[in-house]
Amino acid sequence: MNVGNLPFIVSALLVVLGIYTLLFKRNLIKLVIGVSLIETGVNLFLVMLGYRSEGIAPIYTFAPAGERMVLPTPQALTLTSIVIGLATTALLLSFAVFIWRHYGTLDVHKIKELKG
Amino acid sequence: MSALSVHAPVLLIAIPLLGAFAVPLIGKLGRGVRDVFVGLIAAFTAALAGLLAADVFGRGGAASVYVLGGKPFNIPLPSGMTAPIRILLEVDGMSAFMGLITALVTITAIAFSFSYWKKRSGGNMYYSLLLLLTAGIFGMEMTGDMFNFFVFLEVTSIAACGLIGFRVWLGRSQEAGFKVMTLYTVSGLFVLLAVGLLYGEHGGLNIAYLAHGLTGGLIDKIALGLLLTGLAMKAGAVPMHMWAPDAYGEAPAPTSAVLVANSQASLYGLFRVLFTLFGITVSAATTGWILIGFALLTIFVGVTMALVQNDIKRLIAYGAVSQIGYMLLGVGVGLATIVAKPAYGLVAMQGGIFHMINDAACIGLLFLVAGAISRAAGTRDLNKMGGLAHTMKYTSVFFVIGAFALAGVPPFNGFASKFLIYEASFKLSPFLAIIAILSSILLLAVFVKAFQGAFLGPRPASPGGGEAPLGMLIPMAVLTLVVIAFGLFPGFFVERIVTPAARALWFGRDAYISAILGG
Amino acid sequence: MNGITSGFGTWNPIAWTLLFIGILIVAFFVRSFGRKDYKRNTGQTKAFLSGNEEPDAPAGLHVSGDNLYWGMVHGLSAYYKRVRKWHSGDLSDYVAWFIGGLALIFVIIVWVG
Repeated sequence: MNVGNLPFIVSALLVVLGIYTLLFKRNLIKLVIGVSLIETGVNLFLVMLGYRSEGIAPIYTFAPAGERMVLPTPQALTLTSIVIGLATTALLLSFAVFIWRHYGTLDVHKIKELKG
Repeated sequence: MSALSVHAPVLLIAIPLLGAFAVPLIGKLGRGVRDVFVGLIAAFTAALAGLLAADVFGRGGAASVYVLGGKPFNIPLPSGMTAPIRILLEVDGMSAFMGLITALVTITAIAFSFSYWKKRSGGNMYYSLLLLLTAGIFGMEMTGDMFNFFVFLEVTSIAACGLIGFRVWLGRSQEAGFKVMTLYTVSGLFVLLAVGLLYGEHGGLNIAYLAHGLTGGLIDKIALGLLLTGLAMKAGAVPMHMWAPDAYGEAPAPTSAVLVANSQASLYGLFRVLFTLFGITVSAATTGWILIGFALLTIFVGVTMALVQNDIKRLIAYGAVSQIGYMLLGVGVGLATIVAKPAYGLVAMQGGIFHMINDAACIGLLFLVAGAISRAAGTRDLNKMGGLAHTMKYTSVFFVIGAFALAGVPPFNGFASKFLIYEASFKLSPFLAIIAILSSILLLAVFVKAFQGAFLGPRPASPGGGEAPLGMLIPMAVLTLVVIAFGLFPGFFVERIVTPAARALWFGRDAYISAILGG
Repeated sequence: MNGITSGFGTWNPIAWTLLFIGILIVAFFVRSFGRKDYKRNTGQTKAFLSGNEEPDAPAGLHVSGDNLYWGMVHGLSAYYKRVRKWHSGDLSDYVAWFIGGLALIFVIIVWVG
């Protein structure tokens, strides 16, 4: 089935949703979800870059001639990016836990001791 | 000797990285062993950076390629061109120059940390994160590949935020950690998006390969906008600097100095993107004037906000923000005039790049002093301390020298680089030089306030710990010597290390590309 | 070797330092011609406040850093009120600045350059 540019639109939509979450949501956990949404959008974009329709996975030592294969590089990039995203999300969530312990709130508008 | 300097680019990344993960194991053997181990790793890394710099500047700052894996790193394409296939590091004058800055800051910060954390047990994780941050910064400076640049950018983001929030018993450090991590991640993801766009358009990730294929079309321009904003944010350019005072202010004092080196590495990435990757394929005048606009805002807002701070580390942090503006101004003037290449353009580049190492030394010194006096006074509030000069004579002298140097008072090093920036930006437009000089004077006023608040006044009622311990004084003294040496002999350093770095950016695009692609 | 030139001016720190020391020596030399009949701890050293008595400062008085530029900050209060509002401490505002900066740079690069 030909889906055209739909995946690119979806990934742009995910990025925009993530930015919306960061701008207008108040709960720190939701902000972390927003960051993850942007990350997912970018990862989807990377995967789409290397996709060729009806392509197969490029796992060969000696590639057979005439096979359509998806590009391996963007998949490697995406894997790396997912791992980095895991570390980032874990760190953000642990900060959120400690902020809850110290401030007793997760409302981003109330966590402003550092200003001016 | 020669084998070490050949492999220096990759060892600069590998040694701190392996050291970082070995620290928790070595730490089981006891504090003393661990401290010696961390010190050795830092000293070896710094020596490697020095060796690499001697090697690169010995060749006049020409670009050289380091290949990970087998030797032929190019494959010929049917079209007659070659394409790089392996993981490549590419080192030219600018990379080696940044390596020197990082080495200087990290070794003094680590030496200072030993006595800064003396009273607390544990701290293995602290040194792990600090070495990880060092590895990430070196990686950003040595890599020749856009995606690896993004990976190292994220390594520094995560390690830096781990250090900012390291003191989990302080609520404010957790707040700073969350804010900075969110902003770092968002800017990093936009950088990744730009890398993806460039990959999709040109089918490669190597900087030289991409630079060869760039056409300046719409996709390239969008990628440039994403890279420019993302990296300017991580460098702390106004109006996207709000994380910087939080980060520098709430991190442990020795870390703040390394965080400034991290911001400078992002600035290096920005310059690499603008000069080497894009060059004149997009309008260099437009991007140059964007940098100059950022620079003026950064200089002015940074200084005026520093004037009203009462927390000594936050005050120095805003000072650090304003100094980023001077680098942007010098290099922005160079970029805006890169097509016509007038003589003052290169002078501006020299000034901006020379200011990077001067700023690293001065700001590093000031943050270390801030750490020492906040230990002695038990507070960072300028309204609550005073009279520290009675007990901390050496520390107050170091503070005065660092403050004078940063504010550009002759004969210290800040004046030498600001002199080049003033004169060159005056030739482009007198208005730029006026803002720069006015803000320097205001910065001196800022430090008069800090000195008056912290050091002058009657002897404090409850005398703190007295003079800082020797373990803190020696790193501060080393940085002070660097400040004085760069101030008294600017001609030597400008000629030997700054000019090759500036030329590598200003003229070196073709050499950088042909080092990888041949021809 | 130790000086730098910008093609517009030149800066030689060693020469400057020597000159600075020379001027200091001249200044001390001139100062040595000053009046010798100055007496410590007499009325000569008292501050002159329109003939009024000088009030005693409370013990341990320290003009803290915050008071040093009170007048200047007060004079610029319109500017400072606005700039401090930018540094609101609210993470959403910081993200908004980033997105706004991104949009502005897109406009400049894509439309102008």
